[in-house]
Amino acid sequence: MLNFTIRRLLFTIPTLLFISFVIFFILDAAPSDPTGNLPLTIPPDVREKIRESLGLDQPMIIRYLLWCKQFFVNEPLNLLAQWGINIGDPDRLRVISFQTRSPVVDLIAQRMPQTLWVVGMSYVVGVLIALPIGIISAVKQYSWFDQMGTFISMIGFSVPTFFTGVLMIVIFSVWLGWFPSIYDTTLVVDSWRTLGLQIRQMAMPVFVLALFNAAQISRFMRASMLDNLNQDYVRTARAKGLRERTVLLVHVLRNSLIPVITVIALGVPQVFGGAIITEQVFKVNGLGQLLIIAIQGGDIPTVQTLTFIFAVLIVLFNLIADILYGILDPRIRYD
Amino acid sequence: MTETSMDIQPQRSQWLDVWDQFKTHRGAVIGMLFFITVCLLVLLGPHLWPIDPHTIDIRAKNQGPTLAHPMGTDQLGRDTFAQVLAGGQVSLAVGVVAMLISLFLGSLIGVLAGYFRRIDGLLMRLTDLFLALPLLPLLLVIIMLFRDTLRASFGPNAGIFILIVFVIGITSWMQTARIVRGDVLALKEQEFVLAARSIGTPPHRMILRHVLPNVLSPIMVSATLGIANAIITESALSFLGLGFPSDFPTWGRLLFDSTNFMTLNPERVIWPGLAISLTVLSVNYMGDGLRDALDPRIRGR
Repeated sequence: MLNFTIRRLLFTIPTLLFISFVIFFILDAAPSDPTGNLPLTIPPDVREKIRESLGLDQPMIIRYLLWCKQFFVNEPLNLLAQWGINIGDPDRLRVISFQTRSPVVDLIAQRMPQTLWVVGMSYVVGVLIALPIGIISAVKQYSWFDQMGTFISMIGFSVPTFFTGVLMIVIFSVWLGWFPSIYDTTLVVDSWRTLGLQIRQMAMPVFVLALFNAAQISRFMRASMLDNLNQDYVRTARAKGLRERTVLLVHVLRNSLIPVITVIALGVPQVFGGAIITEQVFKVNGLGQLLIIAIQGGDIPTVQTLTFIFAVLIVLFNLIADILYGILDPRIRYD
Repeated sequence: MTETSMDIQPQRSQWLDVWDQFKTHRGAVIGMLFFITVCLLVLLGPHLWPIDPHTIDIRAKNQGPTLAHPMGTDQLGRDTFAQVLAGGQVSLAVGVVAMLISLFLGSLIGVLAGYFRRIDGLLMRLTDLFLALPLLPLLLVIIMLFRDTLRASFGPNAGIFILIVFVIGITSWMQTARIVRGDVLALKEQEFVLAARSIGTPPHRMILRHVLPNVLSPIMVSATLGIANAIITESALSFLGLGFPSDFPTWGRLLFDSTNFMTLNPERVIWPGLAISLTVLSVNYMGDGLRDALDPRIRGR
């Protein structure tokens, strides 16, 4: 198992380097101009100077290697320096955003909490809803509960989040006025009242994303339970006189959870991607919104870094899913 | 299995069996009828509905549903119903064309990888790489960056149409390729393939005559799911403001434009959103029914 993990980890390094190169190549091939949003009164030679100061006169491969050095060497060293471990010269060049002229990693650190709170919470809520629904649907197959579950999950992954989100805003913010439609990041939770406000402003985005996630996971849970319910060991467990509850919740559930857990792990990076839209609907200023702003402003370092981080998440959670599968299911041996 | 009745009947085509099984799936039939209705409405509607979607009637702006404007009007007094019909044409066209591109790429790569062992590894690593790319951010980036170039060379509307269809197509073929490859690998071990090879069938005829017809069922299921996926992706892009321009409306763009007037005219948001959701729902149900109907283990039970 350890061998497998190390081999896979080593294999992710060329994969990630290649992905980062692809992203850089796409960004570079595009005719975007980071000085395009500056006032038209700036004369062309000054504009050229600005482009030079951003390092855009260098050949592409040099800029790519510089980005690699900044991202893979300088940023981790900088992180260590913040914890008090200083290696080398402290004045390292960091990945600097074209728009704000501040380090991209700092921007990401500012935006991360909002995204993690909303997206992470919605994924947890989604999983917590999905598992019981999937279990009951499988145990009472073809009952009205199962039919309802099938229908709702079909709606859950057919109706896009930008429509459910907007619909929720129309109903709960415009007509009923229960929840705010704009997420207020400046809110500091220090009392019961502000906690209530925080819960109220998180309710709608979390619910929208949770519905979307629960739809898929509950289907997987149901299918996996149904696979296991027909197995011989279930009949044996019943035959030796175990209570139905023990059979279902101990024997069947534990075995059915194995594939579901890998699905949950695989879904995490997609949730971050999908959250771009939800953040836009509810005006949460998280990572997704940072990406949109950066794309619109032609801010190549920010776009490159953010997209690459999304790619890292995908590769990482694929690896985690594989490893979890190997740990949980003794039938699976990678060596 | 009703073997006796099968013996008596003259030869039944496989597709007749599939259709019989498809008919028993109630959701799939309703979904198909609904999808056909939407297609007809969207294709014929603009010719029958008297109001042009671009007619500006500023005195009738921001109206709720009335007899003259059954879905109300927008901030410039344009008829929402006419716009939804016109937007549907573009949304469905994007869905179908993007699906065809992704299906073509997916089948091609799947068949090649499954059939020719030598390039299997390479093509599957390519598939894995595409699966590891963060697609939505990359779609946004590509569209934002190449929009103006393509607009300049193909005209404002055709350029963005080509771009969106193309990027959705090349970022959604991976699942099809994987499924098709698996089926081709299993197919290659069967006797009829060996028989065909023994009489000297060249590879290209082998693929076209023997392999492709037998992997048609997974391709058809991917086709329905592909339409649904393409419609959702296109509306998501338009919703983020990076799809079609306002004067060339699609359902996603209409939804995006109407969110700005949510407090003034909340009903307006519902129509394009409902159109997207119901169309995708019906296509998904169709895909569900088709998958059951094409599965020989379920069929005939």
